[in-house]
Amino acid sequence: MKSLLSVAELDVADLDEIMRLTDQFVEVSERQIPRVPALRGRTVVSLFYEESTRTRLSFETAAKRLSADTMNFAVSTSSVKKGESLRDTVQTIEAMGVDVIIVRHPSAGVPWQVANWVDAAVVNAGDGAHEHPTQALLDCYTIRQQRGSLEGLRVAIVGDIAHSRVARSDVLAFTTLGAEVTLVAPPTLLPPSLAGWPVMVNNDLDDVLPKADIVYLLRMQLERQHEALLPSLREYTARYGLTRDRARLLADDALVMHPGPMNRGVEIAAEVANRPNSVITRQVANGVAVRMAVLFLLAGANPRDHIVGDPNG
Amino acid sequence: MGEVLIRGGQVVDATGSRVADVLVRDGEVAAVGDGLSVRRGGRTLDAGGCVVAPGLVDLHAHLRQPGREEAETVESGSRAAALGGYTAVVAMPNTEPAVDCAAVVREVLDLGASALCDVHVAGAITKNRDGCELAPMAEMAELGVRLFTDDGAGVQDTRLMRRALEYAGGLGVTLGQHCEDASLANGGAMHEGEWSSRLGLPGIPAEAEELMVLRDITLIRLTAALGARVHFLHLSTAGSIAIVRAAKEAGLPVSAEAAPHHFTLTDAEVASYDPVFKVNPPLRPASDVDAVRSGLADGTIDAIATDHAPHAPEFKEASFQDAAFGMLGLETALSLALTGLELPIAQVLALLSWKPARIAGLDGHGGPIAEGRPAHLCVIDPSATWTVDPEALASRSRNTPYAGRILTGRVRHTVLAGEPVVIDGEAHR
Repeated sequence: MKSLLSVAELDVADLDEIMRLTDQFVEVSERQIPRVPALRGRTVVSLFYEESTRTRLSFETAAKRLSADTMNFAVSTSSVKKGESLRDTVQTIEAMGVDVIIVRHPSAGVPWQVANWVDAAVVNAGDGAHEHPTQALLDCYTIRQQRGSLEGLRVAIVGDIAHSRVARSDVLAFTTLGAEVTLVAPPTLLPPSLAGWPVMVNNDLDDVLPKADIVYLLRMQLERQHEALLPSLREYTARYGLTRDRARLLADDALVMHPGPMNRGVEIAAEVANRPNSVITRQVANGVAVRMAVLFLLAGANPRDHIVGDPNG
Repeated sequence: MGEVLIRGGQVVDATGSRVADVLVRDGEVAAVGDGLSVRRGGRTLDAGGCVVAPGLVDLHAHLRQPGREEAETVESGSRAAALGGYTAVVAMPNTEPAVDCAAVVREVLDLGASALCDVHVAGAITKNRDGCELAPMAEMAELGVRLFTDDGAGVQDTRLMRRALEYAGGLGVTLGQHCEDASLANGGAMHEGEWSSRLGLPGIPAEAEELMVLRDITLIRLTAALGARVHFLHLSTAGSIAIVRAAKEAGLPVSAEAAPHHFTLTDAEVASYDPVFKVNPPLRPASDVDAVRSGLADGTIDAIATDHAPHAPEFKEASFQDAAFGMLGLETALSLALTGLELPIAQVLALLSWKPARIAGLDGHGGPIAEGRPAHLCVIDPSATWTVDPEALASRSRNTPYAGRILTGRVRHTVLAGEPVVIDGEAHR
């Protein structure tokens, strides 16, 4: 694997390999000194054109636990408008000598362009409404932790599918691993075409919940109601929010997931987020280990050599 | 100016096809026939195995001057045009400042006086192309402007478009419409459909184009009696073409053009996220590409126009969403039409030369190749193959979507008003 741009590039064997490595990095993370020298001497830079403290911290933590040197290149949209082109910025960073570039950008496709311009490995940390591969990987890992396998599980992904990079990556990852995915959203928040998507669509959340093994709630961007996509957040919550009452439709062992940050009271009620089968904080914890696995696969000098090494060696 | 003899080619124009020599003198065709010879001091251009055609006419080129000279100038654009077989281009008015008054028209015409092809100017319909108030069309028409357009954007306001059609009808000029309902297009970056959904890019539905085609045809019904005519720029959807076909059957004064990229490329190209494939109207699915080809074949679409849109690198080295719309066209259009359309060569040349010449009101261009006619000619080797190398193009910009493609059919010579400006594929000026 040279770069991680899209879940579409990963087959079952790749996903299994990443999950297996993640198991080992979960073990590392539980040590007293959760650090291995796997990427010592390597430089990992995060290039974020969009504010995302959570994802950036998760990647930086992962890189540090692998003993990589880390740099953080936060680009505000205003400095972009001062004239430096995307290509200039990327080539400036590469000239500093980096091994991995972690890219987050509000426009779809930018990680592909970056990968074309540099020799370093590129990780897509979210590109516009397109993909967020490491989120999908940590979601798969979290589900496996709870259920052993995704094979045959019924997953409902609920919310703003049209604008969601998480939904696109999750659909690819979940279905590759054998889950059945149903998208649940008002028609205004579905992509214009679902041709080629291995999914079912249902506009009625109440109909989907009793049969779901997993309900995956997407974050509702609060500005959608100003784009004629929704009359109001109140109406969205009434039809698509996982309210306390609606959560009673779920099977007892159904998992509740969310990529964060949550809008409590909009797509998910506070009590539901806190219920035992909500694995939302577990998703965050697994995020670091999954990202360690990805960085290790992309930049590890001798795969498998250093994972269990002496942290001071 | 010395004589030029174009020897041994297949002469093709609107009147037919025959093997003949063409002798050019004093900017005009002096003779067409067998075994012609040239006076001492004259020049002979070999046309063996080639087609000798009236020079091509582009209804739609962005020459970027004034204002964006780093992307293109009238000189560099005209050089690209001449190498592509064009002897006349209509320069679009979305310059900085816009061509919205006589002074800017004059500036571009002056620049064109020394260019490698005839440079005609389209004027803006509205002041500063902002869609609010009519531009002074009469003062521009007095300088010879025959086509007016706010290209880059459509005229959104329906009442303003009605008045523009009425006013233009009174001047005997044509309005060119960039058909795009801005509210429905809503900042989209590519065609809305299967690919945009998968790629997570905001889409422009086909209906954004079709709505404006339909609206303008409705307005033509209201204004045709006053002499109004509308020319639809770069049509790209099956729906638009069906609407125009019906309007023509109803006898309405409408014409239409299509661009080579809309009959050769689909929206699947965008999967690379390479902004070189970002263009407006966007690349469409295969069903629309097929409709454009059918529209060209059956005459619903009158002309192939390049929509040559050069951009400096920094406007294409941005994210797909932020990058500028547009691609180069002047140097590749003929080859793409010759091999991409699978039409007889005379029909391809009609779409590239004499039909657009008529729409632009350029009586001297588009043939026929006959004694006494202005000698605007191109000599095409229909079997020559070449590889598109962006660095080798004459345009100042490099944004061709055909880089690395092997194309068939190439311009060998171009003669502008009797002067060979391209000889054996090299510009001579």
